[in-house]
Amino acid sequence: MSTAAVTDKRPSTLRAASLPKWTSPAIAVGAIALGIGISFAADLHSEIQWALIAAVLFVLGTYGISARVEGRRQAKDRVATSFVWVAFLLAVIPLVSLVWTTVSRGVKVLDVYFLTHSMGVVADSEPGGGIYHAIIGSLEQVGLATLIGAPIGVMTAIYLVEYGRGRLAQAVTFFVDVMTGIPSIVAGLFILSLMLIFEMQPFGFAGSLALAILMMPVVVRSTEEMLKLVPNELREASLALGVPKWRTILKVVLPTSIGGITTGIMLAIARIAGETAPVLLLVFGNPFINNNPFEGAQASLPLYIYQQYAQSAGANAAYDRAWAASLTLIAFVMILNLVARGIARWKAPKAGR
Amino acid sequence: MAKRIDVSGLTAYYGSHKAIEDISMTVEPRSVTAFIGPSGCGKSTFLRTLNRMHEVTPGGRVEGKVLLDDEDLYGTGVDPVSVRREVGMVFQRPNPFPTMSIYENVAAGLRLNGSYKKSELNDIVERSLKGANLWNEVKDRLNKPGSGLSGGQQQRLCIARAIAVEPKVLLMDEPCSALDPISTLAIEDLIGELKERFTIVIVTHNMQQAARVSDRTAFFNLSAVGQPGRLIEIDDTERIFSNPSVQATEDYISGRFG
Repeated sequence: MSTAAVTDKRPSTLRAASLPKWTSPAIAVGAIALGIGISFAADLHSEIQWALIAAVLFVLGTYGISARVEGRRQAKDRVATSFVWVAFLLAVIPLVSLVWTTVSRGVKVLDVYFLTHSMGVVADSEPGGGIYHAIIGSLEQVGLATLIGAPIGVMTAIYLVEYGRGRLAQAVTFFVDVMTGIPSIVAGLFILSLMLIFEMQPFGFAGSLALAILMMPVVVRSTEEMLKLVPNELREASLALGVPKWRTILKVVLPTSIGGITTGIMLAIARIAGETAPVLLLVFGNPFINNNPFEGAQASLPLYIYQQYAQSAGANAAYDRAWAASLTLIAFVMILNLVARGIARWKAPKAGR
Repeated sequence: MAKRIDVSGLTAYYGSHKAIEDISMTVEPRSVTAFIGPSGCGKSTFLRTLNRMHEVTPGGRVEGKVLLDDEDLYGTGVDPVSVRREVGMVFQRPNPFPTMSIYENVAAGLRLNGSYKKSELNDIVERSLKGANLWNEVKDRLNKPGSGLSGGQQQRLCIARAIAVEPKVLLMDEPCSALDPISTLAIEDLIGELKERFTIVIVTHNMQQAARVSDRTAFFNLSAVGQPGRLIEIDDTERIFSNPSVQATEDYISGRFG
């Protein structure tokens, strides 16, 4: 504390009674204990009910105690803070629970054998087998979708931000908005109708097309935002040097925003990597390894997870495989996100000396 | 090297709004011409018409003639990109390219235009940085990002970047308004050196600065908000600041209005 606290004996208008630092944790512990007590007394068995009662008690208790000791303004401040904490915990609980469940159930059969073998000679209800064919399918379908969707999306965004004026730009913006809202099954049905017209059998690339349709608007939106963040002064500085507009975009605007654009593309990839419906319609699923995305049915991770659940008549081995495949999918998306962050940090404009 | 600018009957619009009207003047080569006047009177707009940057703004268009040594910048078939290679520009806020190092910033104009020989690039960068009085401060960290420099250094870096492409004319839009007095002094000294090689036009709100650095001064004004800005008079700086021929100029300079 400051020396003023020692020397100044007069009542201060700046200092007021305040609760010690351990108050909040203490109230939290008290609220949880009380919540459990009330629940036993009222014969409630659900942990969710316990937690909700404890949360309400925590907020009320904080307000009451703080209003007594510190005054109403401090009490309101503390209540707002405790609301934020409660909301944070409510948001984190399902996330932690999901990760925990997936990891704990997924690691059972997740090993090198599982990652390097297909389901070719294993019945869905029996143990063994793996997801190699689904990983291959997912990588090829998502990779091809990215090759189609990302460049078109980025170039559309460049058009909208750098060139688009008037009605055409408005129309493009409108249709991108509409595309953002397309349910994945509709994108799948659209490609399926084309396939039926040309009398084709399911194959991986058809799935890629549907996934590209889903990916494009996401890429356009995020890239557009990133390009708008590039200060106009940089464009003018480049133009004033006598650099043509297209080179300005290529060499100044895009490098400045490449980190954000990459992040946007990676998030779009993460989104389509988990799509099941269009893959089910267009790629159909296949227990054997099919390396060729342009001919014959393929598997993919989300489809594999769905089929292990739906077609195994409740066999535990199939459930374990589904969880392990889920874990693989989550890890795949997580790695993509980490890569995106790494690229964003690596490419970000540097301010260091 | 330096070129003369002859402007006649120039009017510039933003969409349907007329920003400046009927401006005619001559800018002598190897001299510094300062534009002064109240905010919103169209000094910067006029400056940007001199290298066709005005039309980069959506809705921006120009009527009239700007002759660069007898060649009309707004003539048919004139490529704005080549105009901007002849007439360089330094902006109000220092704006080095954030993704590039100091070296790359200076080399940017040449590299992005693709018109250079690799062997010459080092010399050009060194010469431009020396020309901008920045070489001694940055020669040991040419590969560090340009955004790590101080504001005054960044502005000199932008000047080095602009003169690296060897323009004939250098336009400066309030180059010192974001800088402290010491950096301002450095830039003003630099302007004095640069006028040996370039035609320089500078917009400034600082009348002492206009008096210090310029050979000729043009005063702009607008009759009312919303009206287009006009050139009131242009004369030798000494005369503008001692005995201007228009009363409005004297009022503005002595701080009695505007």
